[in-house]
Formats: sequence, C-alpha cells, structure tokens
Amino acid sequence: MKDLRTPLSHVKGLGSAREGTSHFWHQRLTALLLIPLVLWVGFSIAALPADHATLVDWVQNPLVTVALVLLVMAVFYHAQLGLQVVIEDYVSSHARRTLALLTSNLLCLLFGIIGVISVLKISFGS
Amino acid sequence: MSNNNHPVSPHLQIYRLPLTALLSITHRITGVLLSLGSLLLVGLLVAAAEGAEAYQGLIVHFQAWYGQVFLLGLLFSLYLHFCNGIRHLFWDVGYGFELETVDLTARLAIAVAVVLTVATWWVGGAVSV
Repeated sequence: MKDLRTPLSHVKGLGSAREGTSHFWHQRLTALLLIPLVLWVGFSIAALPADHATLVDWVQNPLVTVALVLLVMAVFYHAQLGLQVVIEDYVSSHARRTLALLTSNLLCLLFGIIGVISVLKISFGS
Repeated sequence: MSNNNHPVSPHLQIYRLPLTALLSITHRITGVLLSLGSLLLVGLLVAAAEGAEAYQGLIVHFQAWYGQVFLLGLLFSLYLHFCNGIRHLFWDVGYGFELETVDLTARLAIAVAVVLTVATWWVGGAVSV
C-alpha cells in the first residue's frame, strides 16, 4: 500500500485538518437541536403581545429560560461552524482567511455570551 | 489551447442552474444572512433585559413598514434554511439521492418554507396587531 500516513495518524483518525469529523458532526448535532427550538421560538414570539411585561413574564418561566439559553448557544455555535466553512471556501489568502476566521469565531462567541447573559438577566429579574 | 475537447465546468453566467444547485447556494447565502439576523435576536434580548423603555424603542422599528418587510424576509430565509437543512440531514444518512427525489424535496422545501412563513406571520398578526 502506498500510504504516507503514519500508523499513529491512522489510529487517531484526525485527517489533514487535525480535527477529524468533529466539525461535520457538531454542525449536524446543532442542526438537529435547532429543529424543535426554532419552530418553538418562532411561533412563541409571534404569538406574544408586543409589550415588555408579557415578554419578561414569558422568559421568566424556567423552562423558557433554559430553552432560550440553549437556543442562543446552539444558534451561535451553528453559525460559527457554518461561517467557518464559507470563509474557508471563499477566502484564499492565508493571512486574510486566518484573520476572517478569528474575527468570525470571536464575534460568534461574544454575541452568544451577550445573548445568554441577557436571557439570564431577564430571568432573574433585575 | 488548440485541442479544447475536454469537459469543462458549467459556465455560471449562461448555464441555468438546476433547482438543487440554486437551493444549495441559497442555503449558504441564507446561512450568512441568518448569522447577521441572529444579532437581531440578541438585540431584542439585550433591550428586554435593559427595560421597558429600551424594548419599546426597538419594537417601534419592528412594527414600522421597513421593520415588517425586513422581518418577513428574515423569517422566510430562516424557514428556507430550516427546510433545506432537513433535506441535508436526510442526505447525510443516505436517503433521497435519486434525481426525481432530489427535485421533489427541493420543491417541497420551498413550499413548506412558504407555509411556515405564512403560518408564523398569521399567528403574529392574529395576536399582536
């Protein structure tokens, strides 16, 4: 067999990207998780009257709080993984690609954190 | 360049993309749009956490005509990405690769996205306006 990979590399199964299939797998897992969450949040928010008190009341329901935190985390993780693929496909210069990836990853993390903290702030009633 | 008899890739400006190819690039575009749109969700949460005044300040824009147009577009993007994503999940486990099936599910994804958009919009209109 003509194979330049070492036996160790075979056993680890991580491939040339050194991440194995985790990117692919996490993209699919977050997609599955988002199927019920998106339907739920889409119709729930549409059904809410537009005033602040009703929204706060709704968010403070413990189940809603948990689901919203989960939604925000899944959305931004899914977005980060998706944007990564788009950047890797279309930005060919190594320097610019690295910069774009760092920026995109950082922004997804940042807005994910802001989202989660906002949900918790509403939920714990400040 | 004299012997140019080799197969070439489709010339994108004159080649009419099949529906599946069109949905494929749309999936990417809506994905990027929705990444930006998710900032709106965060904006809403931040405003709601800030207080009634900040929240109303944002809602006013959602209820204006441009906000409504924007929301409708975003909602359709969301459901199109959602339905086409489910199509991808079926492909990932090995189902639905026959050409007729691929074409059928493409049409189905668009149709369901329209139905979900109209349904969500109707629920919103029935309650909040």
